[in-house]
Amino acid sequence: MRVGIGLPGGVPGVDGSMVIEWARKADDSPFTSLAVVDRYVYDSYEALTSLAAAAAVTTRVKLATTIVIGPLRNTATLAKTAATVDALSGGRLVLGMAVGAREDDYQAANIDYRQRGKIFTQQLAALRGLWESGTIGPRPVRKGGPEILVGGLSDQAYMRAARYADGYVHGGGPPRAFARAADRARAAWRDAGRPGLPQLWGQGYFALGEGAAARGIAYLKDYYAFTGPFADRIAAGLLTTTQSVIQYISGYEEAGCGELVLLPAIAEPSQFDRLAEVCRSL
Amino acid sequence: MKILVLGGGPGGLYSAALLRKNHPDWDITVVERNPHDATYGWGVVFSDRTLSSFREADYPSYRDITNQFVVWDTIEVRYRGETIRCGGNVFAGISRKLLLMLLQNRCREFGVKLKFLTEMREPSELDGYDLVIASDGVNSFVRRTYAEEFKPSVTYGQTRFAWLGTRKVFDAFTFSFRRNEHGLFQAHIYPNDGLASTFIVQCDPQTWRRAGLDHATEAETVAYCEKVFAGDLNGEPLLANKSDWIAFPTVSNKTWRFRNIVLIGDAAHTADFTIGSGTKMAMEDAIALANGFERYGGNIDAALNDFELERRPAIDGIQRAAAESNRYFETTTRYEYFEPMQFVYYLLTRSGRISYDELRRRDSSFVDAMDRWFYARTSGAGHPNKLIVAPSPMLAPLNLRDLTLRNRAVMPAPANYAARDGMPDEAYAAQLDELAQSGASLIVTDILAISPAARITPGCSGLYRPEQAAMWSRLTKQVHDRQAKIAARLGHAGRRGATRARNEGLDLPLIGDGWPLLSASPISFIPGGPVPREMDRADMDQICDQFVRAAQMADEAGFDLLDLHFAHGYLIASFISPLTNRRRDNYGGALENRLRYPLEVLEAVRGVWPERKPLGVAYSATDWARNGLEPEDAIAIARAMKDRGVDLLDVLAGQTVLESRPVFGPYFLTAFSDVIRNEAHIATITGGDITSTDQVNNIVAAGRADLCLMEPPRLNAHYRYIGTDTGAIDGRTGSQG
Repeated sequence: MRVGIGLPGGVPGVDGSMVIEWARKADDSPFTSLAVVDRYVYDSYEALTSLAAAAAVTTRVKLATTIVIGPLRNTATLAKTAATVDALSGGRLVLGMAVGAREDDYQAANIDYRQRGKIFTQQLAALRGLWESGTIGPRPVRKGGPEILVGGLSDQAYMRAARYADGYVHGGGPPRAFARAADRARAAWRDAGRPGLPQLWGQGYFALGEGAAARGIAYLKDYYAFTGPFADRIAAGLLTTTQSVIQYISGYEEAGCGELVLLPAIAEPSQFDRLAEVCRSL
Repeated sequence: MKILVLGGGPGGLYSAALLRKNHPDWDITVVERNPHDATYGWGVVFSDRTLSSFREADYPSYRDITNQFVVWDTIEVRYRGETIRCGGNVFAGISRKLLLMLLQNRCREFGVKLKFLTEMREPSELDGYDLVIASDGVNSFVRRTYAEEFKPSVTYGQTRFAWLGTRKVFDAFTFSFRRNEHGLFQAHIYPNDGLASTFIVQCDPQTWRRAGLDHATEAETVAYCEKVFAGDLNGEPLLANKSDWIAFPTVSNKTWRFRNIVLIGDAAHTADFTIGSGTKMAMEDAIALANGFERYGGNIDAALNDFELERRPAIDGIQRAAAESNRYFETTTRYEYFEPMQFVYYLLTRSGRISYDELRRRDSSFVDAMDRWFYARTSGAGHPNKLIVAPSPMLAPLNLRDLTLRNRAVMPAPANYAARDGMPDEAYAAQLDELAQSGASLIVTDILAISPAARITPGCSGLYRPEQAAMWSRLTKQVHDRQAKIAARLGHAGRRGATRARNEGLDLPLIGDGWPLLSASPISFIPGGPVPREMDRADMDQICDQFVRAAQMADEAGFDLLDLHFAHGYLIASFISPLTNRRRDNYGGALENRLRYPLEVLEAVRGVWPERKPLGVAYSATDWARNGLEPEDAIAIARAMKDRGVDLLDVLAGQTVLESRPVFGPYFLTAFSDVIRNEAHIATITGGDITSTDQVNNIVAAGRADLCLMEPPRLNAHYRYIGTDTGAIDGRTGSQG
């Protein structure tokens, strides 16, 4: 299993230069990817723009969205932006997409929340064709365009992943929850007659070091406030010790995860270094 | 905090007691419309796990309850004159009345106000409280009052049941199945208090009406049931207690909380009585609610949210298991042809919560007996009781015509889309060889196209040229040398043909170098995709000839079994589903017509495929789409195919049309296989996400399928302990992608 790290752009108030510095360190780290999350109505950085910046200061690591909320973006714009990031990075983009769960983002983007599933399916059906035909350039580095992952917990999500994508990206949670979702994603994949196995990506939040736990929890409670007290559950899953990080990693590995992205709940350069240290020791 | 608890059942009393225990200053009133000593129903049952949660929540009431308990660990099944017992299922029973008395006492000790003979009829009566706990039962007044907010749904089971009792004492949870001239009756009997037993009688609605029970008085019901179950009662009478015949209402709600009101117990959710979880769920709700207030103090909104988050997954799981159990009891007659051992095995594993391994943990001698019975039956090894050594059901052989498969595990050899001109590449050949060494008894090829135009992608294998047959001769020999058998899966892609390799997705049309498509009707598979031509008689003859020629080649190439692919929206499937067949000729319209061409092909193939070799068909049991094929159609199709010499059905689902709503849970295809196998009485293969021997044993032992298509081992699980590269995270295990 590979381990990636999230960019800190999802944490409010983070300085732009810090995000760049964070990304710059990635090539010389044990991490195999830099990942971003997506939310409109929040003090956070836009996902693909952040990856474009990361592309400029890295040459090795993959650049992944885990995930972007597809329907918030017009399909042509999304195709164009993703193709650009892909070209800028020499084909390192992994485009994870899902419908998301926040109605306020849809309101802000002026998209009908109830149509999100339908829009998403149309988008997935169209993206590859747009890249392949060269209708919307730049020409993708990899034949067929960037790798696509689909996220979500419904049977529809597993089917979309099997039908349109290269794999499935899970939204986070204990390894057992990931394993259940991964089983379904694999079942859908085989049922569809896709060769091999789906790529399986997982994610989790970390905040390491003294006093980090409380600050990390405060961030997650705020970021996930829209889920009500469920935010407490997410916050309770925050990885705050070396022990919990390595157990999380081995749990995901055992469940068949291909790449696990650990997202920072605190935007400080030391967080990158602490996690890198833990991962180097593995 | 001022709290109103509406309804003085176990859930209401227990929540009142627990909340007041933790917050002696809270003012809690329980309002119950019945007198303090009135109760309907006989006994309630708890598992040992539920009891542990009682102990944790409130030790004294746990002690009082367990002091009055009857505990047993055996389930006894009486069926077709045989009695079979299975141990290790620890349950405890108590009379409902006694339970209520104990909980009322506990409430009084804590200073909860109990008001009996008080009924609330006006929503305004709920005003003035900080919190309202609606534990007012299955017909909840509160739920109905705020139906707009809770969005309840109530669905009724088809079976009818009556809640009776008897002074006869039973030593175990007993299921008795008795058939008379009106139909099949089931009794669910369990001990109450050591002096009496609960005796629930159940039957399907047709039987109920034929027996005249739909207009029977209570006394007539009692007399009738005494007669049906005379063999179980030994002269003891049945006793009634408001014992009307009812259909079980399954209640669910979109949410269980609204403002300061929370629904618990039956008001919030019910689960079919055949898994006996009503009181358990209500009391566990009470514990979760009390825990929510422990966690969030007086923050009602947070506490109720916490309660709902905590209980949702548990209740969903119970309701799913209950639905499975209910389905079993609605269709028990389907399994009446089973011999007693298998009948009992199915009954015990019906809800999906207990597997083969789990049952072995509970009672290994029962599972040993099951293994002996299964092996004796399938291997012709004589009487089961003479066997000392018997393999598990997965390792029992299966005979299909002259073919003997040495076990029940089948491996698919999925396409790698690297064939050239229909010739599989060496990587595919190597994969076959590897699978032949997997221990599975049978390997199934990917779909072999019956002509170049029948291919799904240009990289698909085919069986239409002599060179291909020659190659397959080599490959089947290679598989036979490994002591495995091999099936050729033949198909025609129909309107899903001429697409790109599935490495990047499904049904992506070839750009430029495609070929014309055929289908039952001219409807494209994807919006804007290539439109197939509607097949005319000449096309039908040609395709049929191609199937026949491929079957002959398959025989000559040494395949042991032929598997015709009539599923997933490909050519033949396009005739079967009403969603893809809009023809106005003899081949469209009613199912009989839609099936005409597929059966023509089948008969022609059976005509040339050797008598001694079995023939299989893969087909869809449901389209998972509105107005599409449903399992009832699939049963009729199975019977028609069986009549024409089909020996084995691979039961698949979906992929008929793009807009479907699939379900990918564990065993997601097995439920369909179960229906087909046990209605049409034909051997079936099931697949889905079957990865463990436990699953295969469980499916095969229960008679849900005869063969299981297993998934190839997952790379990570296998590489994990080999420990090759160290250091780099990247190289620790085989990568997934």
